Amino acid sequence: MLTTQQYGHKGVNVSLSRRKTTLGFAAGAATLALALAGCSDSSDPESSSTAGGTDGGSTSEEQITLTLATFNQFGYSGESEGGDYQYDLIAEYEELHPNVDIVYNVADTSNTARENFFTKLGPGGLADVEAIEVDWLPEAMQYSDLLADLSNSELDGRWLQWKTDAATDKDGRLIGYGTDIGPEAICYNVDAIDAAGMDSSPEAMAAALDGDWDNFMALGKQYSDATGKGFFEETPAILQAMIGQLEAPYESPDDDSIIALDNADVKAMYDTLTQATADGISAGLQQWGDDWAAGMANGDFAVMPCPSWMLGVIAGNAPDGNWAIADAFPGGGGNWGGSYLTVPGNGANVEAATEFAAWLTAPEQQAKAFANVGAFPSQPEASESDAVQGATNDFFGGAETGKIFTERAAAVAVAPYKGAHYFQVNDAMVNALRRVEEGTMSADESWAQFESDVEALG
Amino acid sequence: MTTTTPQTQAPAPGGHERRRAPLTWRQRLGRLDVKLSPYLYIAPFWIVFALVGLFPIVYTAVISFQDWDLVRNTGTYTGFENFQFVLQDREFWLSLRNTFSIFLLSSVPQIIIATFIAAMLDKNIRAKTFWRMGVLLPYVVAPVAVALIFSNMFGDRYGLINSVLNDFGIDSIRWHVDVIPSHFAIATMVNFRWTGYNALILLAAMQAIPRDLYEAAAIDGAGTVRRFFSVTLPQIRPTMIFVIITSTIGGLQIFDEPRMYDTNGQGGSNHQWETITLYLYNMGWVDFDFGRAAAVAWILFIIIVAFGLLNFVITQRFIASDTGAKAPKRKKVSQ
Repeated sequence: MLTTQQYGHKGVNVSLSRRKTTLGFAAGAATLALALAGCSDSSDPESSSTAGGTDGGSTSEEQITLTLATFNQFGYSGESEGGDYQYDLIAEYEELHPNVDIVYNVADTSNTARENFFTKLGPGGLADVEAIEVDWLPEAMQYSDLLADLSNSELDGRWLQWKTDAATDKDGRLIGYGTDIGPEAICYNVDAIDAAGMDSSPEAMAAALDGDWDNFMALGKQYSDATGKGFFEETPAILQAMIGQLEAPYESPDDDSIIALDNADVKAMYDTLTQATADGISAGLQQWGDDWAAGMANGDFAVMPCPSWMLGVIAGNAPDGNWAIADAFPGGGGNWGGSYLTVPGNGANVEAATEFAAWLTAPEQQAKAFANVGAFPSQPEASESDAVQGATNDFFGGAETGKIFTERAAAVAVAPYKGAHYFQVNDAMVNALRRVEEGTMSADESWAQFESDVEALG
Repeated sequence: MTTTTPQTQAPAPGGHERRRAPLTWRQRLGRLDVKLSPYLYIAPFWIVFALVGLFPIVYTAVISFQDWDLVRNTGTYTGFENFQFVLQDREFWLSLRNTFSIFLLSSVPQIIIATFIAAMLDKNIRAKTFWRMGVLLPYVVAPVAVALIFSNMFGDRYGLINSVLNDFGIDSIRWHVDVIPSHFAIATMVNFRWTGYNALILLAAMQAIPRDLYEAAAIDGAGTVRRFFSVTLPQIRPTMIFVIITSTIGGLQIFDEPRMYDTNGQGGSNHQWETITLYLYNMGWVDFDFGRAAAVAWILFIIIVAFGLLNFVITQRFIASDTGAKAPKRKKVSQ
């Protein structure tokens, strides 16, 4: 997936995504498979026994076509800048299941996919297997009854617990198989840390950052006092990390009512962040903006919460920079981004589609997807594979990224409850923090505005 | 119709009553042809319009009175609740303010500059086609690409404009924080895209003006400026009205530029540049409240119709002030 923007699901996706080049290929492959299957119609169905994965493979001889719809880069089939992917999972599945033809469709952005998903979810017309992003999972959960229940006791323990929990509804129905995740570490600009007279080795930084958010802010104050620059990019970026560590930040899990205004944790978080603005710890550069990208190269801020897919973004924005990764994250673990595969309940081949989705999200396949595009797997077994464990990143001083992010994924303890109003409340909070950062309102005025924004939602 | 006149005459007097000659099959067909064909020829447009235009408009009206669930395609009737909510929402009034502000900042300079460019292109210049096609180039560029280029210029900290201002010792302008600068920046993108397009339409109108009018004016001693105001402007009035109305409709529906203006696409932390179409989009696709979004769509529709009519009346008066009541007649002549 490697979206350049997973935060703020309605943000404009100026991503490096590719157009659907795979469609033509998939269609060609499908035709070929159809022709081959036609020739071998009378032969024995020995192939079904060779089907790998955790499932037994389809024994049906009936010729079916499955459609798969994803967005950005899932790493299943296609090409990246370096040419064709190392593995072609779509072709592999078709080989294992001669009776299945797969048509693979890639939307250009996650936003396009989101609008398509919700427009067609009710009336029908979605692909047999539809990818959804964690950013719009809460909305999809509102319609969990329209999606097939994928829970399968054979697959217990395949995914990290918090990944499965987030996609399980109140009735215990699992609506999505996890694909990748975005476990967060802290990336930092080595030269900037040096300039503040602090120890910039990854071990020392990890030790300094190990602690709660107050510790993080204290470290930031020390940095900003020494250099006169912001420590981190902007307060909403830190909000994103902090909010992910609360069990039920904005809404009550019992009745989905909005509790953001009564939740002392939320107000405390707001106070911590607006204090950081007042102390000059925040650089006030809006994420994904041109100034933010330039600031990354110019050393306007020293650290940033850094999910696995962010490494490429940093390397792209600051090609001459000197960055490193600290294997630590304040206040516990954090996750930013990731996706699921769902099966719409009114599809023609729900059973075969479920089998296909289960195969794609099996550890063996996700490890290959990681090798293809670096999508960090949500399956512990996949992250323990050699492909992941051996991964290093030269730009970040040869850091053992595979080991670091496996560690970071294990540190995630909480899957926050996200109800129907999660994103509206969160947007209001982001805007409240930004108003303070821009100086258009004081912290108190902005909180009052946040209160009236949230009250208008109910 | 003339063929039917003999039959309408009274029956011939005396003798046996003369029966009306029945119409031949051919005649009937000819009659039908005259009566029905025009409707038949415009029918494709109306059928397509009814499907993709009228139906959505009516359907939107139905949805606007309901608490609508897009996914399940169901809703409960709530009366005017959606309209009431929208009209009481602070965000709605802010976005209305922004829309009109951006509209004025874009349409007014745009039409003045377009008229000027058209007047220049109307002169005898070398490489006419080159210059004429050149002004259309920005129109061909995708709005998203335009937004990318301009966001580079209007960056708060590292933007091109602020860098130049800083070189001259002037403070940076906070393009993404303050209201008027953000409107100015968005209006610039709109103008960049539409000025050349309007200039070409006005140029076409100018080319249709008989040259002898200019010669007569010149002989009467009118200078270039006088000829422009007394000959060119009155002669292109119908086209001018067209350009003003279309740019009003376009101006009140500005969406791409404000959406692409920052990475969040929601019109700023304090709704500094959220336009009414952006408000509508957010209401639908961000808040998932399609009933309210439909209500906004209808309010916007009414505003545009009202504003279009007002604009029509004003332009009619303003440009035709010298001829007064005779205006409608002259319009026909000049076409």
